[in-house]
Amino acid sequence: MHINEILFWFLTALALFSAMMVVFSKNPVHSVLWLIMVFMAITGHYIIMNAQFLAIVNMIVYAGAIMVLFLFVIMFMNLNAESEPQKSKWMKFAAVLSGGSLMLILIAALKDNEGFISSMRGEGSIGLIKNLGKVLFTDYVVPFEISSILFLSAMVGAVVLAKKDSSTIVS
Amino acid sequence: MDLMAVNLAYGIEKLLLIGGIITVSLIVAMYTTYAERKVAAWMQDRVGPNRAGPFGLLQPVADGLKLFFKEEIIPLTSNKTLFVLGPALAMVTAMLTSAVIPWGSSIEIFGRNVSLQIADVNIGILYVFGVVSMGVYGIMIGGWSSNNKFSLIAAVRGASQIISYELAMGLSLIALLMMTGSLSLKTIVQQQMEGGWNILYQPLGFLIFLICVFAECNRTPFDLPEAENELNFGYHQEYSSMKLGLYLFSEYVNMFISSAVVSTLFFGGYDIPFVDEAALSLSIGANTVALLGFGALFTKIIFFLFLFIWVRWTIPRFRYDQLMDLGWKKLIPLALANMLITALVILWLNK
Repeated sequence: MHINEILFWFLTALALFSAMMVVFSKNPVHSVLWLIMVFMAITGHYIIMNAQFLAIVNMIVYAGAIMVLFLFVIMFMNLNAESEPQKSKWMKFAAVLSGGSLMLILIAALKDNEGFISSMRGEGSIGLIKNLGKVLFTDYVVPFEISSILFLSAMVGAVVLAKKDSSTIVS
Repeated sequence: MDLMAVNLAYGIEKLLLIGGIITVSLIVAMYTTYAERKVAAWMQDRVGPNRAGPFGLLQPVADGLKLFFKEEIIPLTSNKTLFVLGPALAMVTAMLTSAVIPWGSSIEIFGRNVSLQIADVNIGILYVFGVVSMGVYGIMIGGWSSNNKFSLIAAVRGASQIISYELAMGLSLIALLMMTGSLSLKTIVQQQMEGGWNILYQPLGFLIFLICVFAECNRTPFDLPEAENELNFGYHQEYSSMKLGLYLFSEYVNMFISSAVVSTLFFGGYDIPFVDEAALSLSIGANTVALLGFGALFTKIIFFLFLFIWVRWTIPRFRYDQLMDLGWKKLIPLALANMLITALVILWLNK
């Protein structure tokens, strides 16, 4: 077996196992740590696909920044089995149904995608930072800028929400 | 990147290099603890450690042995797996960054051209950021799993400090990257060899980067996660024996590696100042020049290690709100301004 293939199956198994553990862990902090493992495995997949920039950005943004914030909140909330509200049976049923249909859609969308398969073999160089930057700032410059405005508005919104209303402060 | 092309000699060469770099980092970290105590003593007009060996030179060895032989205590209410994972993670992430730093140009052994860099990846500097952002987890996991309020507060402090300063650090580097046009650390060093050190073009960027490095290493004046007078001992309060040793030690390894990164990015890396390496290698051989280059890098690293210690014994610790103020309201706008000015100058020069 080619070494890329061995790595691929190893990382896939790791990602799937960690994803299962995210769901099955009793302790929410453990769930978050397993989720970090999932992101790490996906980073490895990106590297196999020769998309180094994507890999490292995935690691910095998702595994590094977003998960730290998750961990932050969960550590402070002090969640445990006793304080967890029990959901009704119907709620669980609906959750399984909607999750399953999302998976079906994802599989259907990715099944016949030839470009996806070829990049899986590590043949493309689109994931390298030079190519990615060129594509982002020429072909997709308008969507790119619009999404950055979206981020800016989200940031402003967060600041507005977090800002203390001076009239309600009792001194 | 075909991994099958990796042959045996290449593998051995890389393994030896990795082993060598890790050994050097650990020994340097070990003697940084000694240097810290000696420099502190010198600044405070004391003698410092002088009992173990000549000039107290065996003091770090004695400290290490003491930590190894101490009793290993895992608190009953702690989360055992994570409690052990915390220090291990802190140490591993501290060492990982050394992979992309060019420690010298290449040397020739048995007819093989051996590059003194473990991996010249084309995203070098981003890799450093990725690993640094992983470093938070060592502190957070350790602090949380101790099941101690002080440790938890320290862990949260440490994490928020690191993610706040990472932003300014990244922004200050964007200006540098706009000039170099490459993320590979080796290319950045080679450009500095030809065109002068980056500190000449990016003094403000260097200053911001240096401050952020201090914050990332949890060094004074940013050592709030381990503020003794507020949090007893910080995130490693419940730790004993070598697990505590690994936490303390990883701080020194971090200092060493960060000094190497700063020297590489802004001070020419393994460039020997005022010397033309290419001409010199003709007269005394490429291998000697490579070793001299390594020596030059090492001298720069030792200067920055001294700076770390110097600042620690000079500047008092920030209050927490001052720390956040400096990070978010001063450094980030400054870094943004630096970025804009650099971009404008580059545009104007290219016209």
